[in-house]
Amino acid sequence: MTLPANLKYTKSHEWARLEADGSVTVGITHHAQELLGDMVFVETPVAGRKLTQGEECAVVESVKAASDVYAPIAGEVIAANGDVESAPESINQDAYAAWLFKIKPDNAADLGTMLDAAAYQALVDSEAH
Amino acid sequence: MLKQTPLNAAHRAAGAKMVDFGGWDMPLHYGSQLEEHHKVRRDAGMFDVSHMQVLDLMGEGARTFLRQMMANNVDKLTLPGKALYSCMLNEQGGVIDDLIIYFMRENWFRIVVNAGTAEKDLAWMETQREKLAPQLALTPRRDLAMIAVQGPNARTRFWAAMPGSKDISEHLRPFQAAEMGTMLIARTGYTGEDGFEVMVPVKAAPFLWQALLEQGVAPIGLGARDTLRLEAGMNLYGQDMDEGVSPLESGLAWTVDLASPRDFIGKQSLTSKAVNRQLMGLLLLDKGVLRSHQKVITAEGEGEITSGGFSPTLNQSIALARLPMTVAAGDRVQVEIRGKLLNAQAVRYPFVRNGKRLVA
Repeated sequence: MTLPANLKYTKSHEWARLEADGSVTVGITHHAQELLGDMVFVETPVAGRKLTQGEECAVVESVKAASDVYAPIAGEVIAANGDVESAPESINQDAYAAWLFKIKPDNAADLGTMLDAAAYQALVDSEAH
Repeated sequence: MLKQTPLNAAHRAAGAKMVDFGGWDMPLHYGSQLEEHHKVRRDAGMFDVSHMQVLDLMGEGARTFLRQMMANNVDKLTLPGKALYSCMLNEQGGVIDDLIIYFMRENWFRIVVNAGTAEKDLAWMETQREKLAPQLALTPRRDLAMIAVQGPNARTRFWAAMPGSKDISEHLRPFQAAEMGTMLIARTGYTGEDGFEVMVPVKAAPFLWQALLEQGVAPIGLGARDTLRLEAGMNLYGQDMDEGVSPLESGLAWTVDLASPRDFIGKQSLTSKAVNRQLMGLLLLDKGVLRSHQKVITAEGEGEITSGGFSPTLNQSIALARLPMTVAAGDRVQVEIRGKLLNAQAVRYPFVRNGKRLVA
């Protein structure tokens, strides 16, 4: 599967997308869901919560294990995806559609510190060995 | 270098995600663990359990030796083909392993032990054999593979895949087995569903696997094997019990024969110690997933989850937990998950049998 080029990625397997309104949508990558297997539980952060970059802010649990999700950049949570909480398997079906939460970034330029698709692909490839 | 079963190539051809399972290269799932779980509950699935160790104990006095070695009583095995689930204990009454003993014929018993404990078991049994019954021969049967076919349609599919097997195995009741040439067909399993566990020569295993595939039996990975056995309330060695705990505190009192005057290794310790804890089921009432080692808080004191996970049949999280003796079914308890206390209910298990929910 080719990685969407319009997204930014983290070493801990989150993706982030800058929206037209300046907000940033966050989810976990296709590779992450593949590692975890069938998803059975998702817990998202509450709106209004202030996040620092790298802070634990959500949990995804598969049949296999629980995995923390980290804030890719600093900002305030403005929305959480209730649909994915009630249908965790949607992450397995399309990890880039099943977003977890949206943040209003403290500084949109922080996105520049994240990996681009090519760099994340290299990371995934290196993990395979 | 990981050990491989004779079905390794078949797993890879079926697109399995392979994992290191106690030194064995085994399939975790073939795409979706949840779908595999449902397939076994609703239709039929097959598991490669060739990593488990088959041991043949032969010689005069084999029964006497097993009377001393096993917590369950092999004298329950009166007819050839009958199987018995038992724990093998150390002198302290801790569980060295749980296993199944098949009575093949007088002076021949077949024992199937867990993969992860096989070497330890064999060393222990050899030591005891030299001391108690040096005339016996204990032989690991690495020439045998094992395939478990499980589910409501498992037996019918197996009969279709293996011509001639129906006449030999249709009369078998649970925990009975029959030989078919070099094969042993046993009506046993680890899923809470009907089916067979079939021991088959290594060279024939890929052919049986293929024949079952052609009958629509789906390959099932170790992931679903674990959720199926958890729903069925079956203990997993190393999680629900080990050498440090008594079978009487592991939900296995029904397998320990203390009624007969027979002495066995560990009996003295078991009868001299108070039983303070019990294994109980937990149903998570809040959202989340119970996992092993999470702390359980009850009005009667603290306990710990030994096996936990998501139950695909119940669509909620379930667990086995070691709790104070005075906790009763129906009691509300709390489980600590990531610093939060979630509500759960203590229940009797199994949770699921033959495709049906058994808990309220």
